Amino acid sequence: MESVHSDEVKKSVRTYILVFVALMVLTMITVAISTLHLDVAAAVTVALIVATIKGSLVAGFFMHLISERKLIYATLILTAVFFVALMFLPVSTFLNSVAQ
Amino acid sequence: MNIPYTSTARPDTGLYNAKVGIWLFLASEVMLFGALFSSYVLLRVGAPSWPHGYEMMNIPLGTVNTIILIGSSVTMVMSWASLMMKQFSKYKLYMGLTILLAVLFLVNKYFEYSAEFHHGRFPRTSTYFAIYYTLTGLHGLHILGGIIVNSYLWGPGSKMWNTDPQRFTNRVEVAGLYWHFVDLVWIFLFPTLYLL
Repeated sequence: MESVHSDEVKKSVRTYILVFVALMVLTMITVAISTLHLDVAAAVTVALIVATIKGSLVAGFFMHLISERKLIYATLILTAVFFVALMFLPVSTFLNSVAQ
Repeated sequence: MNIPYTSTARPDTGLYNAKVGIWLFLASEVMLFGALFSSYVLLRVGAPSWPHGYEMMNIPLGTVNTIILIGSSVTMVMSWASLMMKQFSKYKLYMGLTILLAVLFLVNKYFEYSAEFHHGRFPRTSTYFAIYYTLTGLHGLHILGGIIVNSYLWGPGSKMWNTDPQRFTNRVEVAGLYWHFVDLVWIFLFPTLYLL
């Protein structure tokens, strides 16, 4: 993003406002759904989907990940692999209980 | 000796060095918060019973704080966009708003913690509160760090705009990347601890 013209920045500003509105709407949706008191599995799934959409909007537009250089994508792919491994670590405790 | 590639891009990466640096730092932050989220999952599925967040937490206050933090992310990106458009006074306005919203977030968090303590809910009270205070406490420290850096860039650090505007714009972008990450963590913390 080193050599961006001010016209392009003005266009981005409109995008930022749209993303802001989308994030507000999604926040309201996730709070509204939580008042339905769904069972835990459904509630977790819905909450994680909404949070992932919100997170992608922030990362994609505010952090400009939608158009970045290769080196940053490479760094993040490596991070994502380790992150997923980390998230699945608790699953290994189930493997242990099956063995018993 | 000057630090290389602070304002212009390094030919092989296509990036100024600070941007590579902040992304490497954020990668390590992903692992830090990831480890705690993973612990949360382990503690929750391993517990015989787990309270619903909505029974424990003040949801309106949590929602307001979510809105405040998302708002501060928007003002942060606007402060950077203002510099890109060479509008320094707008930068000061938006960066000032970002800092103000961040302080407001911490004030709300202070009231929330006080209410919890008042009800006798401490980290030692239950596993839920132990992980709640760990996650929100660490996140709160990140907010505080952001306030310190952003205040420097709003105040004394902004003198650099007169001597090296490109380098200053890059500094604001890098601080912004950190700030959006802190917002992103909260986007996951809020449903995890308040709504589920």
